[in-house]
Amino acid sequence: MTASPAPPSPQTAPPELAPGRRFHPFALAVRAFAPLPGAVALFGEHVILLLRATLWLFRRPFRLRLFFDQMEFVGVGSLPIIMLVGFFTGAVTALQAILALSLFEQQRYVGFGVGISLARELAPVFTALMITARAGSGMATELASMKITEQVDALTTFAVNPVHYLVTPRLVASAVMLPVMCMVFNVVGLVGCYVVSVISYEIDFGQVLALFRHGVDPIDYIEGILKAFCFGVTMATCACYQGLNVRGGAREVGLATTRAVVSTSVTVLVLDYFLIEIMNVFFPYGGL
Amino acid sequence: MADELSKRDQRWQIRIRDLHKSFAAQQVLRGIDLDIERGKINIIIGGSGQGKSVFMKHLMGLLSPDRGHIFVDGQDIIGLGDVAIAKVQRKFGMVFQYAALFDSLNVVENIAFPLLERYRLPKKEVLERVRDLLERLDLARVPGIEQKYPAELSGGMRKRVGLARALVDRPEILLYDEPTTGLDPIATRNVDEMIRRTADDFGVTSVVISHDMASTFRIADRIAMLYEGVIIASGERREVMAAPHPVLKEFVETSGAVHFGGRAS
Repeated sequence: MTASPAPPSPQTAPPELAPGRRFHPFALAVRAFAPLPGAVALFGEHVILLLRATLWLFRRPFRLRLFFDQMEFVGVGSLPIIMLVGFFTGAVTALQAILALSLFEQQRYVGFGVGISLARELAPVFTALMITARAGSGMATELASMKITEQVDALTTFAVNPVHYLVTPRLVASAVMLPVMCMVFNVVGLVGCYVVSVISYEIDFGQVLALFRHGVDPIDYIEGILKAFCFGVTMATCACYQGLNVRGGAREVGLATTRAVVSTSVTVLVLDYFLIEIMNVFFPYGGL
Repeated sequence: MADELSKRDQRWQIRIRDLHKSFAAQQVLRGIDLDIERGKINIIIGGSGQGKSVFMKHLMGLLSPDRGHIFVDGQDIIGLGDVAIAKVQRKFGMVFQYAALFDSLNVVENIAFPLLERYRLPKKEVLERVRDLLERLDLARVPGIEQKYPAELSGGMRKRVGLARALVDRPEILLYDEPTTGLDPIATRNVDEMIRRTADDFGVTSVVISHDMASTFRIADRIAMLYEGVIIASGERREVMAAPHPVLKEFVETSGAVHFGGRAS
């Protein structure tokens, strides 16, 4: 009679997994969601920075010069690039619209198509991306450099709050100037559309204008401006957060700038979706 | 004991007792006891990572300790509110390791910054005080210095502009964070002279964080050594030299600046 195999003792090692299955499915799930608490904390830190900067807006001293300096940097400084990109965005959209509309011999709708695309989507998103590339990266670099050269600490030694002095003016400037630049983008984009459709393709200007006025409402522009405002707040918060939280040297300054541009761009595109959903509730699109 | 510390002392301007500070699991300060003498140059030496900068930030109330007390002119600054701590901070000026001048402001705007932020003074008075400091710190002879930006200044000049900015609000206590780091020997000697002259001319209490032993023995009135979060030796320069703690002895002799029983360089 052969002895039955002894039951495994508690100390016995667990049986090996089949080749190719190194992880338990639950372990994989845990690993997949491991960055989640960190991401939530990061989001929370951004929100806290935004709230602190907003609260400081109402406390003395107001330092108007810093606000105007930042507005000039974010707005006036970005004017050439916004005009250039705006013109060609309008022109390219018009060109594609004409090609599509010519299938139905309805090229006269080009003003309406380009106008509404610019007002609701292209102008706020492209303005945010362009200003992020120019001014958002500049903000992150400047604050990160100030941080690693102890200029931020120096502010504190003079009893000046760094969020009050550095973040609040940038936040306000971005929130004010992005909508302004968005409107500039709209106007220049329509000029681009005019050049392509009326001058280049000789579509009747009267019909283009009439359908544009018929199809595009002021509410479309308000929606675009509200989006640009949200994107401005997002850009300043991401850029300032990355700048003020840098540690190390020149390499980290570069990385902070990259993170600021990438995080702002991604957030703008994700936020755009949710803003459209929200605004569709409040400002439902009426069509022609 | 606490009563005695909470009175203004003629000799000791800052009195630190049992100061502890940790960052997560890392204990940086483990119970510091130290007195800073009024009107003298007090140098705190120690190796890298020993908590010198953390200690200095506590003196100005920029960091809160886990435990302990810091008495400045008899007032315990631990736990003070924003307004009260800002009042105490006005007694301090700080000279940073690399000056920490604001890149976007010129020399005059940098020096005037504390005055413009703290008071509403007429522009003429601010400019007079800035020009007086430029004169006293030998900066006025540099052509066009007032309109220069920090990037246009040499390392030594930046340090002096940083000192002028720290002095402009007439502080009683000046903190120097490793003032000679990164300077050549001649510039180091100039900075040492600047610290000595500032202490004598302006009558300020100087607290210098340093690991430059040659400078320390050249200008210190009092020396304290910070090692593994505690002060292991402190006293007047001669006292410390006469009976050095073994760690201090090793630290100083390794630097090559001084040999005990020998002579200072």
